[in-house]
Amino acid sequence: MQRRDWILLVLILLLVGVVLWVDLASPAIAFWRPVPENPDPVKAAEQTLSIHSTTLRLGLDLQGGMQVILEAQGDAETVKKGMDAARGIVSDRVNALGVSEAVVQRQGERRLVVELPGVFDPQEALAAMQRAGFLEFVDTHGESLADGTRVTTTYGLTAEQIAAMTRTTVYATVVTGANLVLDEVGASTDPTRGIPIVVLAFDAEGTRKFADWTSAHVGEPLTIVLDKKVVSAPVVREPITNGRASISGGGVDRREAQRIALLLRYGALPVRLEVVENRMVGPTLGQDSVSKSVTAGIIGLCTVLLFMTLYYRIPGVTASLALCIYTALLFAIYKLVPVTLTLPGIAGLLLSVGMAVDANVLIFERMKEEIRAGKSLRVALEAGFDRAWTSIWDSNLSTLLTCAILFAFGLSLGASIVKGFAITLFIGVIVSIFSAITVTRTFLRLLYRLAGSWLERHSRLLLGVSVQGR
Amino acid sequence: MLHLIRRRYLYFAISALIIIPGIVAMVVSFARYGTPVRLSIDFTSGSYVEVEFAQPVQAGQVRQVFLDEGLEVASVQLSGGDHIAIVRSQVMDAVTKGRVVAALGKSIGPVTERRFDSVGPSISRVVTRNAFYAVGAAALVILAFITFAFRKVPHPFRYGLCAIIAMVHDILVTVGLFSLAGLLLGWEADTLFLSALLTVIGFSVQDTIVVYDRIRENTPKMRGLPFEEIVDHSLTQTLHRSLTTQLNAMFVMVALLLFGGATIKQFILVMFVGLASGTYSSIFNAVPLLVVWENRDIPRFFRRLGGRTEGGAA
Repeated sequence: MQRRDWILLVLILLLVGVVLWVDLASPAIAFWRPVPENPDPVKAAEQTLSIHSTTLRLGLDLQGGMQVILEAQGDAETVKKGMDAARGIVSDRVNALGVSEAVVQRQGERRLVVELPGVFDPQEALAAMQRAGFLEFVDTHGESLADGTRVTTTYGLTAEQIAAMTRTTVYATVVTGANLVLDEVGASTDPTRGIPIVVLAFDAEGTRKFADWTSAHVGEPLTIVLDKKVVSAPVVREPITNGRASISGGGVDRREAQRIALLLRYGALPVRLEVVENRMVGPTLGQDSVSKSVTAGIIGLCTVLLFMTLYYRIPGVTASLALCIYTALLFAIYKLVPVTLTLPGIAGLLLSVGMAVDANVLIFERMKEEIRAGKSLRVALEAGFDRAWTSIWDSNLSTLLTCAILFAFGLSLGASIVKGFAITLFIGVIVSIFSAITVTRTFLRLLYRLAGSWLERHSRLLLGVSVQGR
Repeated sequence: MLHLIRRRYLYFAISALIIIPGIVAMVVSFARYGTPVRLSIDFTSGSYVEVEFAQPVQAGQVRQVFLDEGLEVASVQLSGGDHIAIVRSQVMDAVTKGRVVAALGKSIGPVTERRFDSVGPSISRVVTRNAFYAVGAAALVILAFITFAFRKVPHPFRYGLCAIIAMVHDILVTVGLFSLAGLLLGWEADTLFLSALLTVIGFSVQDTIVVYDRIRENTPKMRGLPFEEIVDHSLTQTLHRSLTTQLNAMFVMVALLLFGGATIKQFILVMFVGLASGTYSSIFNAVPLLVVWENRDIPRFFRRLGGRTEGGAA
């Protein structure tokens, strides 16, 4: 028994060391992870290193920023097929705006939740997200149009409309972005010649159309048009029948290759997205909330510590110590998971601090009873923990169940605020069982080993009730 | 040992005294707004614009700017010494909002945006539906949990039902208060309110279970004692714990109420009231109700009533 307690103490101290290191470490701990294949060299490089930032992640309500829920329009089939791609595209576009830590998540069948911390002027972001970005490969009848030229194409027009346009040239659309295989579009380097290229690949339908057209038009430009504006006009060198093409030469340097690749990828938004929810928290409100919550948290925690110490004396001190470890441990977990802290999340955290001592209160009250019943100090110490266990477990389980329901609720509607509260409360309850029982018990047992006789002589310092005889 | 149970009907009366005004508020609110509590745009769709001006403003000025931009205005609320205006309006996109804020700046004075929410009808429908699911799921899970936790005591169903009654008590107290605040202060229930309510439900049950657990433990130990006395012993033994835990939670919540940000004041207050109610209802409703059931108080009451009228007739 004694040996086990010492080992536990060492483990607890080790844990405290690690926890404090995580809490105070700056600015990031990096973990290497295997590299998934990615044709985009920039992305591939990003993926090799997953950086775990050790700064606490603050939710939008704390650091300010905006959250948008986009809903895909159109029939279920199109939406179902297009949502994952749409998510990727929106994510790329948002990242291209330079928003750090932007999050784009799918929500149910046809919604995307986009979180943009630090964005207060949403117009640019919204425009980027919703941009129809319709991509076409157009037959310009041998003409090589300059980048940025506005053109009229046959796609989306009826035969009568085309016939009516006598003054403008209407170019024929060969393939649209809908036929591109997005995962295989990217900037790369030609393995044999070592020059920058853009690689693209079509699906079966696209391959057929592309093969037909390139076979008949070698030497002519196939103009890439995004939202009716020319992006690039590469010339067909040879018939391409396998649906895999690459664009190179003619001023395509590394930067140009990436530009075209990004436009090809971004351009193909497969569904129309509409904003159905928009939330923005200004920077001042967020700042204000953070500093106030920190003050409130420190005051609340200190009051609890003081109360426990005054009310339960020496065991109260160990419980307070356990509570400090608990708080440090929670923050470390928040950083590592990572948990995004929201304002209600902080409330959940603080509430769990209040409730974390509940287990200790149950135990200490039990000890008092045992001592009053005439048990020796050692027996009372152990009995307090043993007897209180069932009620601690049963009562905390109901809170854990509520948290699970809250989490599911928060998850289902994009109310990340509710989710944040549920997560912090859940983690809090689990960690509190550990700190209140394992940590406090180890401290108390060792204290008894080291100073048992002194404690019995000064039993008034224990829980405030006197031990009767021995 | 404290003879707590003896005064059980006093406790029920206190509960009724607190719940009845809340129910009245809910009825009034239902007549006025069609729902027992005022609902925020999370459930009804619409927009919420919170702006701060450099100088104090009047609600009418702000309203006029919105109307001039062709927007419907549901309400304009001023706070922060009339520097902050909260406008509830129709669903609008960020571009429209930008235009309105610019117009506010032009016709009233320097303005900063604090918060903007706009929820479309498709989202608010989902939120409302999920809210019902969440509350329903919580009730079912807790009922199942209590029945499971108390499967070994005699009459586990009684324990479960009394805990649920206590839970309903806490919901009524919390929702009633919120409804009253809705009528008097314009408070609106949002998703946060719902989270607070669900948390209160969780804690209410947690508190009840701690006392039940002691009754469960004492029942075989104190065989022979009347149930009422076993319950009194159990309550006395757990009273310290209930109060201490409640006090600790209160410390934290009072700190949050006094020093925390304005955005979560309502959330914390709901939790504060709910937790206090949860502790009260565990000790003074859930447990005395067990005794009422065990002693067959209600049939006895009617029998006595019957006896008295017979006596009167004779």
